Amino acid sequence: MFNTSNIAHLTRRRLLGINAQFARRWQSTGSEPPPAGGHLPSIATSTILRSTRDSAIRTPGIHWLDEGASTTPGNVLAGRETRKMNLYQAVRDAMSIALTKDDTAVIFGEDVAFGGVFRCTMGLAEEFGRERVFNTPLTEQGIAGFGIGLASMGHTAIAEIQFADYIFPAFDQIVNEAAKHRFRSGGQFGVGALTIRCPTMSVGHGGLYHSQSPEGYFMGASGLKIVIPRSPIQAKGLLLASIRDPNPVIFMEPKILYRSAVEQVPVDDFEIPLGKAEVLVPGSDLTLLTWGTPLYHCETALSMLSSPPAPLGPHVPASLRSAKIELIDLRTILPWDVDTITESVNRTGRLVIVHEASRTGGVGGEISAEIQKRCFLKLNAPVKRVTGWDTPVPMQYEKFFIPDPLRILDAVVETLSY
Amino acid sequence: MASLARISSRLSRRIPLARAIQTSADTTQLAQDASHSEPFTVKLHEDSFRAYRTEIPGLEVQVTKDGLLSMYKEMNSMRRMEMASDALYKQKLIRGFCHLAIGQEAVSVGLERGITPEDRVITAYRCHPFAVLRGGTIKGVIAELLGRQAGMSHGKGGSMHIFTPSFFGGNGIVGAQVPVGAGIAFAQKYMEKPVATYAMYGDGASNQGQVFEAFNMAKLWDLPVVFVCENNKYGMGTSAERSSSNPEYFTRGDKIPGIQANGMDIIAVKKAVEHTREWVLSGKGPIILEFVTYRYGGHSSTQDPIRGLQRYIEEWGLATEEELKKLDKEAKAEVDQAVEEAKASPIPFEHDLWTDIYYNGYRAPIHCVGVSVKRFTTI
Repeated sequence: MFNTSNIAHLTRRRLLGINAQFARRWQSTGSEPPPAGGHLPSIATSTILRSTRDSAIRTPGIHWLDEGASTTPGNVLAGRETRKMNLYQAVRDAMSIALTKDDTAVIFGEDVAFGGVFRCTMGLAEEFGRERVFNTPLTEQGIAGFGIGLASMGHTAIAEIQFADYIFPAFDQIVNEAAKHRFRSGGQFGVGALTIRCPTMSVGHGGLYHSQSPEGYFMGASGLKIVIPRSPIQAKGLLLASIRDPNPVIFMEPKILYRSAVEQVPVDDFEIPLGKAEVLVPGSDLTLLTWGTPLYHCETALSMLSSPPAPLGPHVPASLRSAKIELIDLRTILPWDVDTITESVNRTGRLVIVHEASRTGGVGGEISAEIQKRCFLKLNAPVKRVTGWDTPVPMQYEKFFIPDPLRILDAVVETLSY
Repeated sequence: MASLARISSRLSRRIPLARAIQTSADTTQLAQDASHSEPFTVKLHEDSFRAYRTEIPGLEVQVTKDGLLSMYKEMNSMRRMEMASDALYKQKLIRGFCHLAIGQEAVSVGLERGITPEDRVITAYRCHPFAVLRGGTIKGVIAELLGRQAGMSHGKGGSMHIFTPSFFGGNGIVGAQVPVGAGIAFAQKYMEKPVATYAMYGDGASNQGQVFEAFNMAKLWDLPVVFVCENNKYGMGTSAERSSSNPEYFTRGDKIPGIQANGMDIIAVKKAVEHTREWVLSGKGPIILEFVTYRYGGHSSTQDPIRGLQRYIEEWGLATEEELKKLDKEAKAEVDQAVEEAKASPIPFEHDLWTDIYYNGYRAPIHCVGVSVKRFTTI
């Protein structure tokens, strides 16, 4: 919905202005500022983010794809370089590698030749040519269909839908054409070379059409994959894996993290496997499952649980403060990693799922049903969902719509003391 | 795929050099002496219109002093309102999105002058002036932008979603309003009412598939709808020539005739609107009306629609510069007051978060907004 010149710059600045300062404010849900020095983690201080070279190159599951590289794990880390990147820079880095290594790869979408509204394609048109990185008309259904045709010729099609909220005109092409292409041709054709990127989740003030999380709408579209990264390293590795995956992938990038999530990102070509959830914090008392932006709210909630700020003290029983919570990033939403979640819940006996999309029809409902079937006798409490409400995303009340650390803490306390 | 960039530049050179549309705001001439009390006739520049599968509207237009002065005042109010919105946006009092129509005042004010309150208008996200002119208030628009109770959608819609009984919004999704406009027009035809629908969209939206679907239905059923393309030369960040294989938007309706009009001269706008309204009401089916405009006052002062009208008024001896300045000051005061009143309005009621989703009184099967937060809301 961006328009040119001043407004575009304004809006862009506004959106990209979701900087560390805003993120901190967003994290502190109390009416008072946190104590000097702060005690709650935020995106800026998150321990989930890998801020050193050493930790970055040891990212679990990282799979290096250097030409002629040795496959012996012992050899691969020596000489690996990293560079400080935020999420949009990591996305750009991944696409730059894809364009370099794959002559058929092209990138297209609304305003991508100028760098895109979130700068993910900044400079790619200049570097790789306007025949490989080009603007399309405002035509989401056309973009998706065009990408399907291109991919069915075996070319790598990397499409951008400017906001996940605008993906609905393309819904038919994605669900009826892309997802079913392989099945309906008896395996003769596929559109595995298609990847559709789109910025998703809330910005705090995007309202009806700029803060939605539409991943749940695609859950019934067998044949598709849906991937949502949490950080720059994850974004690069998962995007490269998505681009090369032999199935069509919708890659949703949490827009509030574009600038606020910063890591040391390995500069080499690497992938992070699709279809695998990652246990970020091991635990034994409760499984806390989420993806994308709410991971950082979960981290804050866990900090509040172990050492609640004074006003929260009376609401967090002392007996629960030492609870070991297992924090899991689902990463691939479709098909989701049933095994990892089942194994975890069988150990912990409790599951809390957090996502920004509304509860009814949300991904959490599907996971809850499957887990309560698989772990029924091991569950000590009902599966709890912390989600957006069953309303459109309200502009003025967006901060009450989005699950925040307090609501997550509340759910964790309730589930632990069930 | 070989070099799209080169292909497109070659194409743009191949577009036939038909006589270009006039886009100056001040090329209308007196056809007779201007009168202070009686209607008088002016003549539009001969290149104010181009036509596709039809004739251009007549160039002679009757105007009145009062009409011109009140249009001048209204255009100023609209610009002041948009400028105030811009300032509030920069102060971060308006959150979310805010698309302004500065420089396109001739279209909104001129359109309203060419139609009746019974006609219907639906547009995209550059909607603030229409909301005011179709029965809303400046305070109601600004308050909506601020997300306050006094907003015309009670603070729930924001900049892109403002409605009045004869104005169907304010629509955020590019192109989505165009088939909706066809449906509105069908209802009008069904009720056999002599009224028209103006379904507006931008040059960017004109490439959405559903715009063509709407064209087809409208022509198939000869609906009384005027498809108005506000061509401000840019769809988001991409210029019309780089997004549209045929940037002559008034010719894109296949069997639907089209008029291209100077969208910077309010007299030409009003004439084009009256002409197209007569067309659809005479049962000839839909027509496309493309207004060529510029945002932000255009490239030069001759492309600023307010300065253009000011020049007519002064040159035709209808009012002095001082008298016009007084009108401008009144417009500014009106907007300033509206801004203060809007700012004083509180943020929406809590219940506005979970009401108006279903029809009032209907309870969703699952509680929309849980009560579990209550435990911590006291801190």
